[in-house]
Amino acid sequence: MAAEEKTETNAEAEEATVVRTQDVKKVYIMGEEQIHALKGVDLEVTQGEYLSIMGPSGSGKSTLFNMVGGLDKPTEGKVYIDDVDVAQLDAYELAWLRCRKIGYIFQSYNLIPVMTALENVTLPMVFAGLTSDEARDKGVELLTQVGLGERVMHKPFELSGGQQQRVAVARAFANDPAIILADEPTGNLDLNTGREIIELLRQMNEESGVTVISATHDHKMLSVSDRVVWVRDGRVDRIIDRDELKIEVGTIDGHE
Amino acid sequence: MAQQHELNTQISLPLSKAVEISFNSVKIRFGRSLITVSGIVLAIAFLMSIWAGNSIIDGLMAASDPKINLILQQKGVEIDPDSAAAMQQRSKDAWLVVLSLLVCLVGIANAMLMSVTERFREIGTMKCMGALDGFIIKLFILESTFMGTAGTVIGVIIGFLLTALLNMSSFGTVIFDHLPMAQILEDGLKAVVIGSVLSLVGGILPAYRAAKMEPVDAMSLEV
Repeated sequence: MAAEEKTETNAEAEEATVVRTQDVKKVYIMGEEQIHALKGVDLEVTQGEYLSIMGPSGSGKSTLFNMVGGLDKPTEGKVYIDDVDVAQLDAYELAWLRCRKIGYIFQSYNLIPVMTALENVTLPMVFAGLTSDEARDKGVELLTQVGLGERVMHKPFELSGGQQQRVAVARAFANDPAIILADEPTGNLDLNTGREIIELLRQMNEESGVTVISATHDHKMLSVSDRVVWVRDGRVDRIIDRDELKIEVGTIDGHE
Repeated sequence: MAQQHELNTQISLPLSKAVEISFNSVKIRFGRSLITVSGIVLAIAFLMSIWAGNSIIDGLMAASDPKINLILQQKGVEIDPDSAAAMQQRSKDAWLVVLSLLVCLVGIANAMLMSVTERFREIGTMKCMGALDGFIIKLFILESTFMGTAGTVIGVIIGFLLTALLNMSSFGTVIFDHLPMAQILEDGLKAVVIGSVLSLVGGILPAYRAAKMEPVDAMSLEV
């Protein structure tokens, strides 16, 4: 059944573009100095794909990631999310976009410390106008899906890092977004826990057909990605597809 | 236009939920909240003790009992309300009250600003989840109002009890025979209103500052 769904979403993915950037440039002004974080990036992300953005720190990776997620506006060029120019949106529409279309996962989990796992997951649903009962049912379902059905009422500090990140994954899926943005989701986790989170993301990506865009320099991410975008010095250095990737990873790591 | 309308109805933070979130927020940071609240409690207790003290003396004077009047005079209370000494005392009281309320206002604003600063990440996260500026303002104002109202009510009670105790030691239990209850209730209500308004005012600037945060800052900030 899951396989059926997958082929379906893959068929759709052939055409649909979820995110498109057109010659995006970003200049930060630090005192007298101008820092060109992005120097013209063209990128298309298709629906249902698992895309990793890789690059050393300072490469513009985070800036590109924030652009794609509607968290930052380009100095020049355009970013389209679902064919809507992000720069044209007002505060209300941006909030709507973040609430309904995009699910965020952060390196440091960013759960609200005073809320239980369930309350954290249901918060975006409350913003989206679900009633408390609907939100609770859906929240429990999502938490069960990420393997935390038993820990619904736990506060973040009562959970391990991996478990907190699972809550964050469930929260990102709260409003059935079209895009999941994961910023170094494994950055604070040990090897095995990180791998579990990556596998969880991949599994949710395959089951729901959601697009996953992740900024990372974790090489474990490579093996699950459909495409990897390498960013260097404010430009897209190269884009590698899954098939080529496997060979390359094999030769670099040897043991993969 | 139709789409705009649709958007408007699709993002919301119901008041009941906002109340729940901000109430929990106060409850969980109980220790911190307690310190903030104690500032309000002290200021309002001071205000209340001055008002209640005046009301109790007024009550005693209104009784026009020669025996009580004698004690009043012995204690140095000015019987004639129009005398220069009584006027001076009243303006001194007013100054003290205004000063204590100002200190209280600054205290609340400071506590709320700190609360905003230490929760940058939380606020940014909420904005990433689709919170509007208005939601954040709502949450922080509710929070400071909760603390303000709780602190004020406690302050009124403490202020009244202390004053009653002090006056009882000066004049004896006779004060309870001439206690102007209506006047004291009115003083109490006034103090509650003043305290709540103060905490509301003290909460506005920090709430506004919190609401204007960009979500991207929350992600990059290392706290």
